[in-house]
Order: sequence, then C-alpha cells, then structure tokens
Amino acid sequence: MIAEPTLAVRIWRGRADGAWRDYAVPRRPAQTVLDVVTHVQRHLDPTLAYRFACRVGMCGSCAMTVNGRARWTCRTHVDAVAADDRLEIAPLSHLPIVRDLVVDMTRFFDKWAQAGGAFVPTASRRDDFAVIAPDSPARREVDAAIECIGCGVCYASCDVVGWKPDYLGPAALNRAWTLQNDARDGAHDERLRAVATDAGCYACHTHQSCTERCPKQLAPTASIAGLKRLAVRAALKGAL
Amino acid sequence: MTPARAATLRWLAQRASAAVLAVCVLVHLATILYATRQGLSGAAMLSRAHASFVWPAFYAIFVVAVAVHAPLGLRTILDEWSGLRGRAVDVLLAAFALVLLAGGLRAVAVVTL
Repeated sequence: MIAEPTLAVRIWRGRADGAWRDYAVPRRPAQTVLDVVTHVQRHLDPTLAYRFACRVGMCGSCAMTVNGRARWTCRTHVDAVAADDRLEIAPLSHLPIVRDLVVDMTRFFDKWAQAGGAFVPTASRRDDFAVIAPDSPARREVDAAIECIGCGVCYASCDVVGWKPDYLGPAALNRAWTLQNDARDGAHDERLRAVATDAGCYACHTHQSCTERCPKQLAPTASIAGLKRLAVRAALKGAL
Repeated sequence: MTPARAATLRWLAQRASAAVLAVCVLVHLATILYATRQGLSGAAMLSRAHASFVWPAFYAIFVVAVAVHAPLGLRTILDEWSGLRGRAVDVLLAAFALVLLAGGLRAVAVVTL
C-alpha cells in the first residue's frame, strides 16, 4: 500500500502572543490553501478560528499570510505556493489578531471611511440615470480600479502601513480614486482634502507591494499616484 | 492654509528639488572627475570658479535644492521611523533648512566670488 502524500502545515494559534502548531494534512489534487485550513478545522482541530464565505474569490474574507505572503486562500492552489509540501499559514499582518487566523478588520475599513470612501450622490430618485460614456477617460480610470473586494492583502503587504500605523493604506486610497473619477459623486473636494495628507497619498513610497500582491490584479500604486496628480493640480489652482 | 494644501506643496517641493538635485549631483560629480583627472591645482580650480558667473549660480541652485530637499526628507523619516511629528519638529526642521542654506551659500560665496 502506498502511503498517502501529506502536507506539513504550520498554523498560527492564539493572539499576537500565540504560537505555531503543526498539522499533517492529506495532499489532494487541485487543493487550495483554504481547503487545507478547512481540513484542519473539520478533521484535526475544531477549535481553529478562520474566516471565509464565498470560496470563489468574490467576498474578500479569507485572506491570510501563506508562506510569508498575504494571499486570498480560496483561490491560492497549494501547488503554486508549497513546492516542498510545506505550508506556513498566519493571520494577515498590520491588523490586530482576534484569534488564530482571524484579524480585526475594523481599522482597515475605518480608514476607507476616513478617505471619503462613501459615494455622495448628487441626484435624487426622481432624476434620470446619469449617462457616462464607457470609453471616457474618467470611466476607464474607474474600471481599472473598481474591482476591489476589500480582502486586505494590499494593506497587509504595505511596508508603509507597518511603519506608520495611521497611513490610510492602498485599498482606502484606491477606493477614493474611483470616486474622484465618478462624475455622479458630489464630494470630490472634501475627499481630496481627506486623502492629500501626510497620512494619505503622500505617505506612499511606491514600493508597489500592493500592486504586486493584489489578487484582483489592481494597481493601487497607480491610483495613489492619480490622487497625487489631482491634489497637485488642485493646489496649484488654489482649490485645495 | 489647509493641511491638505500644505502637504501637497511639501510633496511638490520635495519632488521638484529632487529633480534639480538629480541634475546638480551629476554635474558636480562630473566636475570633480574632470578636475582631479586634469590634475588641476587648488589655485587653478579657484581661478576657474571665479572666472564665470555660472559656477556661483550653479552651486547656489544646488544649495537651495539641498536646503529644501533634506529637511523634508528628514521630516518623513522622523515621522515613519520614530513617530516624531508636530509643530516642534517642523520648527526644528525649518531651522535645519536655514542652517543648510546659510552654510551652503556662504561656502559658495567664499569659493566662487
């Protein structure tokens, strides 16, 4: 009888002062990292806490640090990240650990609000639909940045967030950029004032870790550069 | 001035001074290489520096760019690496900028005028 191939899995347990714990998980074809975590919880250790919902890369809730890199675990195949059949799975960086693989995302989403992440309508339900040409430059800028699922991979990968905890971070600034390019939004000036600060777009060092690791292949670095351009233009006009 | 406007002008000054410094540093290095390879004596360098308004003008621009760029960069480093920020830090950095400017311009005047 051939021995079943196994993965050597090391998972962070507890809070910030927790410890690694080792598990042996059966290796399966087309197995994702989320499958591995789920196997541990269902078959080896039901006390393991982790977060997931859709399992198909839409909800943005299953991001974890896998072999040192923040990734969306539901769409990360073990084949792609565990060449030697070893996995080290930790919670996302730069966010407080609730327990095991679950982090508290409050700070992350509060920063979306601080960056003016809410759409501010200028029309009422009695107005007609806004007509926005799909190939207009502003709409194209929105298209390039709009698919964010709020997984926090960029935030956990950003060096500046680690150094400067009040930095708004790539996701919040990317969101602000999409709204600055939305012709229907009525808070462009206020939002620009909220993001054109030392803790906003100017804190970005363009390391591009966010852009490299975004599972949706977005480029928050480019969005942040766009915000800098808008702010400089506004400041030179005396409008900021 | 709003905080956003101040931050934007600081960022602009930092980038603009960096662009000036990129050119100045290259010219400065090329000048050093030329002077040392030609075996110019100190007296010969001084006489050439005195011969044209280009040298005092070039080095005055260089000094101004340094006096703008260095304190702004230091401000970011202090903020990110030590959490030091606020009015007291800004006043100290403004004083640092003045020291760089005064010392630099004095050196340029002594050597080129």
